[in-house]
Amino acid sequence: MIDRKSRDLSGNRTLGAAALGAALLFATAPVASEPSEADFHAALQALDTQKFQQKAQAIEHLGALDNPRILEVLESLAKGRLYVRKDGRIVIAERSGKKYLIQDAISGRPEPEAGKKELKKIKVNNRLRRLIRGVTGRLALFSDDPDRRVKAADNLIKNPNPQVLPLFRQARDRETDDAVRAKLEVGIAVLELEADDPALRLAATTTLAETSDPDIRSLLEHRLQTDAEPNLEIRDALHGAIETIDRKLWLFGIAENLLFGISLGSVLLLAAIGLAITFGVMGVINMAHGEMIMLGAYSAFMVQEIFRSVVPPELFGFYLLAALPVAFLMSASMGVLIERGVIRFLYGRPLETLLATWGISLILQQLVRSIFGANNREVANPEWISGAIEIAGGVTVTLNRLCIILFSLAVVAALAAFIRYSRFGLNMRAVTQNRSMAASMGIRTGQVDALTFALGSGIAGVAGMALSQISNVSPNLGQNFIVDSFMVVVFGGVGSLWGTIVGAFSLGIVNKFLEPVSGAILGKIVVLVFIILFIQMRPRGLFALKGRAAGD
Amino acid sequence: MGPLSSRLFALESRRGWTVFMGLAAVLMAVVPVLNLAVPEDTWLHVPTFWVTTLGKFLCFAMLALALDLIWGYAGILSLGHGAFFGLGGYAMGMYLMRQIGERGVYGHPELPDFMVFLNWKELPWYWYGFDSFAFAVLMAMLVPGALAFVFGWLAFRSRITGVYFSIISQAMVFAMMLAFFRNEMGFGGNNGLTDFKDLLGFDLSASTTKVGLYVISALMLGLVYLLCRYVVTSKLGRVLIAVRDAESRVRFLGYSVTRAKLFVFTLSAVLAGIAGALYVPQVGIINPGEFTPAKSIEVAIWVAVGGRGTLFGAAAGAVAVNGAKSLLTGIAPEIWLFFLGALFILVTLLMPRGLVGVVRQWRERRAISKASHSDSHVSA
Repeated sequence: MIDRKSRDLSGNRTLGAAALGAALLFATAPVASEPSEADFHAALQALDTQKFQQKAQAIEHLGALDNPRILEVLESLAKGRLYVRKDGRIVIAERSGKKYLIQDAISGRPEPEAGKKELKKIKVNNRLRRLIRGVTGRLALFSDDPDRRVKAADNLIKNPNPQVLPLFRQARDRETDDAVRAKLEVGIAVLELEADDPALRLAATTTLAETSDPDIRSLLEHRLQTDAEPNLEIRDALHGAIETIDRKLWLFGIAENLLFGISLGSVLLLAAIGLAITFGVMGVINMAHGEMIMLGAYSAFMVQEIFRSVVPPELFGFYLLAALPVAFLMSASMGVLIERGVIRFLYGRPLETLLATWGISLILQQLVRSIFGANNREVANPEWISGAIEIAGGVTVTLNRLCIILFSLAVVAALAAFIRYSRFGLNMRAVTQNRSMAASMGIRTGQVDALTFALGSGIAGVAGMALSQISNVSPNLGQNFIVDSFMVVVFGGVGSLWGTIVGAFSLGIVNKFLEPVSGAILGKIVVLVFIILFIQMRPRGLFALKGRAAGD
Repeated sequence: MGPLSSRLFALESRRGWTVFMGLAAVLMAVVPVLNLAVPEDTWLHVPTFWVTTLGKFLCFAMLALALDLIWGYAGILSLGHGAFFGLGGYAMGMYLMRQIGERGVYGHPELPDFMVFLNWKELPWYWYGFDSFAFAVLMAMLVPGALAFVFGWLAFRSRITGVYFSIISQAMVFAMMLAFFRNEMGFGGNNGLTDFKDLLGFDLSASTTKVGLYVISALMLGLVYLLCRYVVTSKLGRVLIAVRDAESRVRFLGYSVTRAKLFVFTLSAVLAGIAGALYVPQVGIINPGEFTPAKSIEVAIWVAVGGRGTLFGAAAGAVAVNGAKSLLTGIAPEIWLFFLGALFILVTLLMPRGLVGVVRQWRERRAISKASHSDSHVSA
């Protein structure tokens, strides 16, 4: 059986042909002069009979011909979509409402639609369907499309059928594409496992040991358990092959967890990095940090809507680039407002800061809810970050996740460079380390405070823009991150960017490794309890600042 | 007068006792009488719904007292007190659940409905004993106390103070919330425990039971208040205030800061547990929503509005804020969060001592102006 994907492929091709054909419909008369097309026509018309025996012959005959249309015709026949028109020609018809959409079986060109009475269905029984399956499988194996050939090989691996072995060997010898060839080798090896020649069986076992497919592993296991393999040497080889596959599967499992862990870690990092500035560097507990993230996400949403209505659709994909500065400025200006309006009166009173910023977060949430509504807003992925990449052995990663990993690292790198090399970064560090001395040197500490807070908030906004690509944008968006991001900063060590990176990625990875063992929620609880216990041992986190700067 | 009664008497000033007794009389006698004895169609009648709402507020006031004890006096801002309140509530809820017996939807004699629904065959071990009221009450105090003891011991031993403590206490309540949302925990998951029928044989839907629960809440609030007064006026209370103001100095003087904090934190958790246990039969439900971090932070604003470090203010603040909440969510729900947010900001910025502070300041100013007034009289 050809699986769904290849059917879709053929469907697409028909559509393309239909579009082309429609333009030519009345311009050129159909030319049926080529010999292969004449054969095709003859074999096809032979299907118009009541006798199943004759139909079977016609199918065999069709299978022996070399024409790209045959695959589709046979598949249509198996699905009962092949009809005889009143004029005797054979067509492919598909029901659409009361009418039938028609295309010519030989050319694939669309024809005027017809009613039920003008068509006579060509009936098939199960025996014919089996026959068609075999023929189409063979056709797919020698098709021009490498994807189809891979599908055919996959099909064989899933439903081994010893009769087609010679055919596969033939296909393998003809095959030029390395990937398809490897697939065919595996398919042949699956069949050769049951060969009479022990040498062939041993070779097949060795081939199969190279794979990393759980299905093949269970096939080998099955052979051992049912004692189908009498030869002791080959039994050993089978054991060895299972072990090899197990090791590979184990490694892939770890790689997958690691990858997902890094992906989660990058989300945590993005959420926490702004907090690492406001809390870590300034010592301000900003409970409205999550709402800065939310504002960034809504900025992305607004920019998207503007692009949708103003900018030509082919440029729509670039809205994310435009959203980046908007999200930063939006959250940063809100940050300045909060710092100048509330927080600066509360320096030195951290618990009061905590409560006041919590109040701000409530107001911002309700504000956004009043403006945009309480429902989730969808921020679409631009085309250039949609889709997925298969890394190896079935480990796939969606492109937007991958982009977020890279983006989070880029943000951290940019931030670190900014703090290290820029004039403002220097002032910022000076004020953090010794406020009064910095003030004596002529640094305007109030201004530095406001801008530092703006920087932290702006980065939270950028994070929100990035997170809008993978999660729902709702007024509660920030709430989901607030506990997590505080945990990351406290775990990594307050005031240390490096600690935040290590904290985020290690928490992400630990979380993903716990998930299969304990379930997602329990895993999260375990991580929280772990952090609470960890802080007992290292109250200043993983990377504690030493010396005067650490004093509180 | 014996030493204890004189100590009790010294808990409040003369005026303090007058106010305390006056409030006790209004809450415990006047309100029930107005509900039960006054006919419903007269304007003096207090509807049962109001009585229950007030009873709920009194439980919140108890929770606020518990938080004020550690925040106002020991300087520990716990953002996880909802955990202790909720655990007390769950202990009571488990008793009420067991009381339903065969009257549940599935009519199982032993298992609560949600367990039958989950296809559980027998009661989990941690549900044993909750058919006894005394056991449930004991657990409502012991479980929060034990959690607070362990958590506090870990935190205070390694000298986690200030915002760090606040953050990890918030993480604790967050973890609790996640845990209680799981069906496998055996506490009803998302829906929590509800559909209670009766308490010690009294029908929970009867208005006399409701008024009774309210009176007990008022009584317990009074007792908890006196207990807190007792603690803060004791020698330990003075050590706690010293810890709040200069922790290292207290340590250098030879006091065990860890023990003092641990004691008061555990006590506070037990009080919160009692509040939760009284709260649940009055509202008729307990679910993991009590463990959301937002609810725990809200308790801090009740205390701050009333005035922290005053006990009386904390209780008054709880009633005032919750009264405002009922009022505003009734009129326009979307305004409430704006109001609450503004309250957080304005109270911390403009009224650091809360309503009690404002009243005190006003009284002092009047006293000064009176004094200067009489001074000018004399000189004239």
